[in-house]
Amino acid sequence: MPNITYVQPDGARRTLVAAAGSTVMQTAIANDVAGIVAECGGSAMCATCHVYVDPEYIDRLPPVSEVENEMLASAASERRETSRLSCQLSVGGDVDELVVHVPSCQV
Amino acid sequence: MTSQQVVIVGSGQGGFQVAASLRDMGFDGHVTIVGEESGLPYQRPPLSKAFLTGQMQHEHLLLRPASFFESRKISLIAPERVQAIARDKREVVLQSGRCFHYDHLVLATGARARPVKVPGAEQQRVVLLRGLADAIQVRAWLQRAQRIVIIGAGFIGLEIAAIAAAMGIETDVLDFAERGLKRSVSAFCADFLATAHATAGVRFHFSTAIAHISGSDGIATGVVSADGRHFAADMVLVGIGVEPNTELAQEAGLEVSNGIVVDCHLQTADPAISAIGDCALYPSAFFPRPMRIESVQNAVDQARCVASRIAGKPASYHKVPWFWSDQGAYKLQIAGVASEADQAVLRGDMSTGKFSVFRFHNGRLTAVESINRPGDHLAARKLIEAGTLLSHEQAADDNFKLNQRAA
Repeated sequence: MPNITYVQPDGARRTLVAAAGSTVMQTAIANDVAGIVAECGGSAMCATCHVYVDPEYIDRLPPVSEVENEMLASAASERRETSRLSCQLSVGGDVDELVVHVPSCQV
Repeated sequence: MTSQQVVIVGSGQGGFQVAASLRDMGFDGHVTIVGEESGLPYQRPPLSKAFLTGQMQHEHLLLRPASFFESRKISLIAPERVQAIARDKREVVLQSGRCFHYDHLVLATGARARPVKVPGAEQQRVVLLRGLADAIQVRAWLQRAQRIVIIGAGFIGLEIAAIAAAMGIETDVLDFAERGLKRSVSAFCADFLATAHATAGVRFHFSTAIAHISGSDGIATGVVSADGRHFAADMVLVGIGVEPNTELAQEAGLEVSNGIVVDCHLQTADPAISAIGDCALYPSAFFPRPMRIESVQNAVDQARCVASRIAGKPASYHKVPWFWSDQGAYKLQIAGVASEADQAVLRGDMSTGKFSVFRFHNGRLTAVESINRPGDHLAARKLIEAGTLLSHEQAADDNFKLNQRAA
């Protein structure tokens, strides 16, 4: 089972075991991880599940789609090279481990 | 502050958000949600989308896990119905006979699917889609159906039509209007989506009134139109809009028309009672007259506004409404609210499957409908919020930078 580690702005880390095929957003919501709002429920429509992927892992992920790219422009915290919408990041397969940093605000 | 009691009627996305936001804002009084559906609060939008296709499982519909409610001391009473509001005593009376005192009462009672009023509508295999129980039933029937008739070419009807056609089910969509999504989007957008769905196999029958639903042994077998055509089906889905749940407010003597009437702070005439989300009729600088908006964004933003007031930071509600819908391969996003008569200016090339339609009333931008153009949608939210002047030529010019205009 894949592992996802969520790092809060204050440095607190929490590692969760995720179901294969589930997204970083779904795993966060199901385990009450602070700082992931996910207002639209995973449709890439609201940019409130924004995360910064740890640089070590960024190359293992599929590329940003056009929709995700445009929606990231509306994220409440600054957009960086490592910015992703966590509803678009599935774990399992090649991605058996992932570290993401939760931004300071989502709305 | 510590002795304050907030009671929220309704455990949908709005009701849930009031409770969550109160805790986020440091409110330390009692917070109680009373919900009619059993189980934890869940998201409704996927019920007509990923949940029906099986891509999304039940556990992923939940807005938050049980531990969230425990750790934040939010008491959820469900399934339970609020029978009455005793405003003089500031009490809600539950069907079970229990009573709760409130200092603030938030009505987030939502809306219910409007039933179709024709003979035969009471038969089995005629279904309205609103709640999780409905969606579970629709999902099961879709697995076995060979033919479906959908009454109403609105958002729900078209979302389900796209799913049914993709499953190989013969799909007929009937609507009394001459086109789909008539109350929601421009003809540009509606016609584009209808063509896309038709290409995927959906058959549309516009300007078609319903006479009755045919049946055999109490099970629906199809729909008969007023002009006598029979559309055979082994399930009939009714998607003709919703009606706000206003009875509780009305019986409590609060003003009700097409929704529970609230002011710009989302407060009823009784300062201890607010209403939010699908059930609330509110005034806004973005509408010509008070309106009731059915969307997740509206429910969530209004919930935050009311929670903020209860937590001691009152502010008027001033948000541009926005919506989204998954229509087969297309993502439709709408910012603002247009009237049917508003002018429609096209931006982009419809044949690419990526375009926006800008709606204007008396030269003012009222709404923007975007198909697979989230950048336009995001810029539109800002343009409408700021009341930025935009000419028809600028809207139509794909080289004109909306972002810079909106900044």
